[in-house]
Amino acid sequence: MKMMMNDIETPALSAASAHHETLVAPPETPMHLLLRRYFKSRIGTVAAVLLVLLIIVAIAAPLIAPQDPYDLATVSIMEAEHAPGTTSSDNKITYLLGTDGAGRDMLSAILYGLRISLGIGVTSALVALVIGTCIGLISAYFGGKVDALLMRIVDVQLSVPTILVALVLLAVLGQGVDKTLMALVLVQWAIFARNVRGSALVERSKEYIEAAVGQGLPARRIMFRHVLPNCMAPLIVTTTNQMANAITLEATMSFLGIGLPQTKPSLGLLISNGFDYMLSNQYWISVFPGIALVLLVVSVSLVGDQLRIVLNPKLDA
Amino acid sequence: MFEMLVKRALQSVLVIFVMSILAFVGINLVGNPIHLLVAPDASLEEIQRASHALGLDLPMYEQYLRFIGNAFHGDMGNSFVFNRPAIGLIFERMPATFELALMALLLSAVIGIPFGMWSGLRPGSRVHKFAMGFSILGVTIPVFWLGLILILVFSVNLGWLPSGGRGPTTSLFGIDVSFLSWEGIKFMLLPAFTLALHNVALVMRMTEAGTREVAVQEYVKFARAKGVGPMRLMFRHIAPNVMIPIVTVMGIEFGHLIAFSLITETIFAWPGMGKLIIDSVLQLDRPVVVAYLMVVLLLYVMINFAVDMLYLILDPRLRAKSA
Repeated sequence: MKMMMNDIETPALSAASAHHETLVAPPETPMHLLLRRYFKSRIGTVAAVLLVLLIIVAIAAPLIAPQDPYDLATVSIMEAEHAPGTTSSDNKITYLLGTDGAGRDMLSAILYGLRISLGIGVTSALVALVIGTCIGLISAYFGGKVDALLMRIVDVQLSVPTILVALVLLAVLGQGVDKTLMALVLVQWAIFARNVRGSALVERSKEYIEAAVGQGLPARRIMFRHVLPNCMAPLIVTTTNQMANAITLEATMSFLGIGLPQTKPSLGLLISNGFDYMLSNQYWISVFPGIALVLLVVSVSLVGDQLRIVLNPKLDA
Repeated sequence: MFEMLVKRALQSVLVIFVMSILAFVGINLVGNPIHLLVAPDASLEEIQRASHALGLDLPMYEQYLRFIGNAFHGDMGNSFVFNRPAIGLIFERMPATFELALMALLLSAVIGIPFGMWSGLRPGSRVHKFAMGFSILGVTIPVFWLGLILILVFSVNLGWLPSGGRGPTTSLFGIDVSFLSWEGIKFMLLPAFTLALHNVALVMRMTEAGTREVAVQEYVKFARAKGVGPMRLMFRHIAPNVMIPIVTVMGIEFGHLIAFSLITETIFAWPGMGKLIIDSVLQLDRPVVVAYLMVVLLLYVMINFAVDMLYLILDPRLRAKSA
């Protein structure tokens, strides 16, 4: 316990206990070890830094964006379709990435779009994670008919291409943030459920679970306090990858006009809006949001790849 | 083997059955299409008459039973927009989608397999690094954005290739195809590559991993010691064992390509099934949406089933085990 505390000490405290550490080098905590192994990879490090930066600018968008792109008072149609680097007519802001067809500053629109894309991707993956985990645990713990039924549902769900499920759902429900979220959760939960069930089955056959059952602990406690923590490693990797998938799928649906409404312009919608202008070579309206989207998706999935390598127990040596 | 065959077949039927209910009920919850079909100044009586004629006044389960009964006869109802059988509309556009998907599959084999094998045989080489970088980008880049960039570069800026549409087609056994004339191929290149990218990356990665695994095995070392030339070693000794999983993946991916072609078709205005479905969703053309879903699912499930069976045939070890 003392060792664990050392890691989270403030500098002042650790200075006070410095003489202690010089005598005995504290053994590494698992977290430390993981971090050290994670940052050994150059690509993993770059991806993590990039992702953190993107998250920060997405959260801070209202503070750092040169313009509020959805405040009609600040956006003027007279400023439409300016090339990157143009200065606004009142000399107040320079449109570093140009303006779109409605006269919005692209940089600001991208920062706000990043916020929406990231928010929807992360939220949907987390909700799917919670639902899928519960179903996977129930399936693995109870086995038998419950398991058979739940896994058949998972099979059916996974044997339909994600884009078709999302398409039908959005065709039925119509556009909207909540509906897009629902569609994204629906196409993702089954992956988590199957994943968790697989790891949980392995854990369930181990002796510590038998011991917990023998002690008469309630099922819920065994599932969430004993089985689940030991299934976390693959789950973290899946969650990261699913976030990347969800962001891409949302962007795709919005691009096709069946995702988010125009009032919530995610990166996909920004790209879609710029499509028509692109054919007349006003590339910036589509290309820059696209670059932001690619950076976001690639950094999330590279972090996921690196986590998979780091968390793989087979590589523990 | 027989047991597995029956199990998979039953599961396939279940998938289609469940999805048909979900799709039908789901789609029918969206607004009443009758308001799109009758004149805006139609009287209540006229609306009722039209509803009755189309069967829209029946309870949902009866509509579904009618739909299933008709579906078995190949009748999926008339499109509200075109006033023609929905299934006909889909079959008309199917060759265009198939051609694009096949071209994409071909591209992924032609690009993915050689690069994958080369990098598998020479890990750490420049080709290997390029291939791995490419495959990471290939699976993560959003398809629709790639399509836009290709249009921007090759159509808008360089002017080499058309930005959309299908262009001239040649008739082959009564089916219009693009690949027989250079003009037609020019229209197909960008959409086919866009559609193929994910697959190219996937095939490249799998071939690389497979080759690396196979290339160090004893029998390959033995063949090399025996004096087998590098070409023969690669094509006769290594390739067959690498190819089995690749063939299965390509089979399954064909189903995926057909489903995901709707993105590519929308970007490039390619007149296939995918573009039809997006238009139909936006126009609330229920019968076409339902018919499309059923046709694509049926294809998808049948392809997966066929691939599973193919796997049994290709891999003698599985056959022996289940016999």
